[in-house]
Formats: sequence, C-alpha cells, structure tokens
Amino acid sequence: MNFETTIGLEVHVELKTNSKIFSPSPVQFGSEPNANTNVIDWGYPGVLPSTNKGVVEDGIRAALALHAEVEQHQHFDRKNYFYPDNPKAYQISQSEKPMAHDGWIEIEVDGKKKKIGIAEMHIEEDAGKNSHSPNGFSYVDLNRQGTPLIEIVSKPEIASPDEAYAYLEALRQRIQFTGISDVKMEEGSMRVDVNISIRPVGSDKFGTKTELKNLNSFNYVRKGLAFEEQRQQQVLMSGGTIGQETRRYDEASGTTILMRVKEGSDDYRYFPEPDLPVLNISQDWIDEIGNSMPEMPGARRERYINDLGLTDYDAMVLTQTKEMSDFFEETIAQGADPKMASNYLQGDVNAYLNDNQVDLQNTDLTPANLAGMVKLISDGTISTKIAKKVFKAITKGEDPVKFVNDKGLIQLSDPAKLQPMIDEVLAANEQSVEDFKNGKDRAIGYLVGQIMKQTHGQANPQVVNKLLIASLKAL
Amino acid sequence: MASHIDEQQVKHVASLAKLEFSDDQLSKFTPQLESIIDMFETIDKVDTTGVEPMTSASDQVNAMREDKAVNSHQRDELLKNAPDTEDGFIKVPAIIDESGDGE
Repeated sequence: MNFETTIGLEVHVELKTNSKIFSPSPVQFGSEPNANTNVIDWGYPGVLPSTNKGVVEDGIRAALALHAEVEQHQHFDRKNYFYPDNPKAYQISQSEKPMAHDGWIEIEVDGKKKKIGIAEMHIEEDAGKNSHSPNGFSYVDLNRQGTPLIEIVSKPEIASPDEAYAYLEALRQRIQFTGISDVKMEEGSMRVDVNISIRPVGSDKFGTKTELKNLNSFNYVRKGLAFEEQRQQQVLMSGGTIGQETRRYDEASGTTILMRVKEGSDDYRYFPEPDLPVLNISQDWIDEIGNSMPEMPGARRERYINDLGLTDYDAMVLTQTKEMSDFFEETIAQGADPKMASNYLQGDVNAYLNDNQVDLQNTDLTPANLAGMVKLISDGTISTKIAKKVFKAITKGEDPVKFVNDKGLIQLSDPAKLQPMIDEVLAANEQSVEDFKNGKDRAIGYLVGQIMKQTHGQANPQVVNKLLIASLKAL
Repeated sequence: MASHIDEQQVKHVASLAKLEFSDDQLSKFTPQLESIIDMFETIDKVDTTGVEPMTSASDQVNAMREDKAVNSHQRDELLKNAPDTEDGFIKVPAIIDESGDGE
C-alpha cells in the first residue's frame, strides 16, 4: 500500500520589541531572574494590561511578509491553563479573530517550486521560564512572561520532511528580513511544533496525527519527521493503528519516543479578553507598513541571478540574512565587482564571522572598506595573496587604500621596474634558461618564483610571467 | 426540566480548575450548576438576529501604548509575596512538564 504524508507546523517567533506585549516591562535577555517584571507580569489582582502598538505593527509586518490577509476587526482571547510559569492562569492570545489568515510562502525542493498555505497567524504573550532541580523544587523566572510572540500555523499542505525543512527556512528568512525577530532556534527566538499523519494515497480522510517535541533545529525537524513517517507506515502495514500521542525526538538515536497519549482535545475554554480594547486596523495603517517593507529574499535572489550574473548557490547564501544581503548590495553600490564581492562575503567574511562567533552588524567591517579592497584587487594594485593581509586590516575597520600605501603592499606591475630584475635573474640562472630552450616549461615557474622572492611577493605574477616569456624567447 | 449536566461533567470542570470535590459536594453543586445553565437557556431565548456579537464591554478602540520600556524596579517587593524564593527565583514544588508547551 502507498501512503501520503501530511505535516502541519506551528511556529512561534519571539519579537524584538523594547517592551512586553501587555506591560511596559523591558524585553531583555540575560538579566537577573525576575528583574524585568512588574505587577502586570505577575498577574496581581486589579492590574490592567495595555496593548503594545509596536507588537501590533510587527504583527501586520509579518502578515504582509507571509501574503496573509490582515483581520480588520480583531480582539484578544484568554486561553486558560494552570502552570507555574503562567501566573494569571491564562495566556492572552488571539483565537476567534487572529491577526491574519490565508497566507502563503513559496518553497523549493529539488528544483520544484510549491506554495505552502498559512492558515492563520496571531500575536500572543510568552510564558515565564521554569528550571527544574533534582532537590524537589522548581524555580520560576518571569522575565520572559509577556514577551511578544507571533504564532504562525501552516495549512496541512506540507507533504514531506524535506518540504517541512524548506518551509521553515523560507519562513525564517522572510521573518528575518522584516527585522521583527532574530528567528534563531538555538536562542529560542524561533520554536517549532510539528504534527504528522499519513493516509493511503487517495483517501479523503486524514490519518490520526502524532505530535513531535524536542525538535531543536531544522535538521532535527527533518530527521524526526522522516523517522515518524516510517514508523507510522510500519504500524499501519502490520495492521496496527496510530494513537493520538505526543512523542519526543531523541537526538542520540534519531528516533521518536512516546511521551504521553492524548485523551480528547485540550480544553482551554477560550473567551474574549475583557481587559483589552478591541483593535480596528485601518487600511491606511496596513499600507503605511507595506510601503516600508524591505525587498524579500526571493525577489533579491532573482535579481542577483538575472541582473548580476551570480549563481543560484551564491544568491542563496547571500540572502540567508537581511544584514548579509544589505551588506552585499552596499558593497557593489560602492563599485565592487559583484562576483568578487560575493566570493569574499561567502569565503573570508563568513569564516571570520564563524571564527569569532559574531554577527556581521557587530563587526568593524564596512561595505565601503570591502569594496575598496575588492577594487584594489580588480585593478591589479594588490594580489589576492596580499589581499589576505588587507582583509585582516579591514576587519579592524582600517581603510584598505591607506593600509596598502602605508605598508607598501602595492603590487609591482610596472614593466620598467620589473624588466631589470628579470634580466638579472636570467643572467644568474643559466641552467633554467637552458632547460626552457630544451622545452622544459617548468623552468618558467622557478624563474617567476625567484622574482617573487626578490620582491617579497609584491610583483604582479601575470606581468612577470608575460615579460619573462618574452625575454626568454628573445634570447 | 431536562438534565444538562451530570456529576462526571462537574468533576471534569473541577479538574480543569484544579479543584477536587467530595461526593457530598458533587451532589450539592451539580443541581446548582444545572440551575445556572437553565438561566442561560432563558437568556438564550432573546432574539439576537442581526446583532453583532459583543467582545468587549469597553467602547474604547485601538487604545495602544507606544513601545517604550519602563522597568518597575519592584523585583524585591514582588518576591516578598511569593510563598518561597531563592536567588531571585520563585521557588515552587517540583513540576513535571505535563502541559508540554507552556504557551
């Protein structure tokens, strides 16, 4: 029997606002426990939440990035549940009238493009953080309580683990380009809940779905789903049934392990939040935000490939983050050759960022200095070998032209200066000249090496090569 | 009057609210809840055709705060009301992750 797979993804994205969604407490990481909290965050009796305009604006921004329709009349709802990290015993979320609905993003798997629908997305508050100790106690830090989140729910249109991976990457990029979130799974600013079911091909009813937890990277999402797809097929093929259960992905074994069986659906008793006024989103506001949206990664990739002649791969790497893409565009706006700028960003710059575990915007590198260095290479002023030294200098914020002049690193390309050296080397290496005449081309390499040694690497190898061959032939 | 709610449902609602009732309490509360539901059934008879559902008692619309952070600097006072604390944390009996998502 052949099966088809249906995957649904719920993604939570943490927003980078200054203050929390319903209280003015700061949104800040690495603070002392409970330092960023107030009476509203703690859910004290009689306190009144207030809606952060920046969060609503970010929500609209995300909706536009996902081609979703913004709900004009929205309100908040209470989702009721008990947990120590949730001091009010309810989470303020949106259920009946979420921020936006019916969006889509485009993914590409094995060269095939596909649109994945987004059922809805809404804004809500995050919970605090519990840490568990083996001493019989748990410890609660409410700093995260009230941090704004956007939840994005896909339509059940994802048909394979590879599509799920591509969807997450496309979603991460689009949100990253809007600037509303860092969208980093390793830092918890992007979190993924997945569910998966399979059914015989042609069946009009979805199979029973299982939910997967502990998927801490896109790769684990893909691996966990691939394992679960196989597991469900084996169960069904051997005559068993799939239980409605939550399973935990085990990184070490690459398998999923049963956590608990779900009985009935969760009963959150949603009702409209009475403490917060309703929202009426005007078309003017949506248009205003729409006009300030940056160009999205897909459109940039097409431009890089069609207008700048870069490869698909180059375009993909350069559009991983908006910072990288903006940096690239500013570098070529300063006159750098696009292909060479792209190579340096993917090579030396990325290596530098990895080695120092730093983001591009937090370095002393500037597009002007990278462009300056690339131009020095393009016009033959420095060799790519010397460029290694110049690159080190521009990571420290130094001006490449000034650095090259000060250090005397300018490549020696003037034939009038090189010819006397060549004559000298030829006179001193009669054996090599003899070898060349006997057809041993290797001799040229040796002779070029001699010149490079004499000039401490500053001679332009192409020019030396040309002059040397001409001189040898004239002998 | 038909019965709308039985003791099993009362038990379920109680467990959602983390409450536990004795058998005596169950047999007392069940008819009380029943009469509350009866009352709503009466209200339900009002014809609301064409009336927009009301989600808020306030007539305010779009009352929003600018995104400016203000630290309360009230941590120590807030922690005073916690039953137990340690190193700036609220200390609670060990919890196992039963809700799973916490959001």
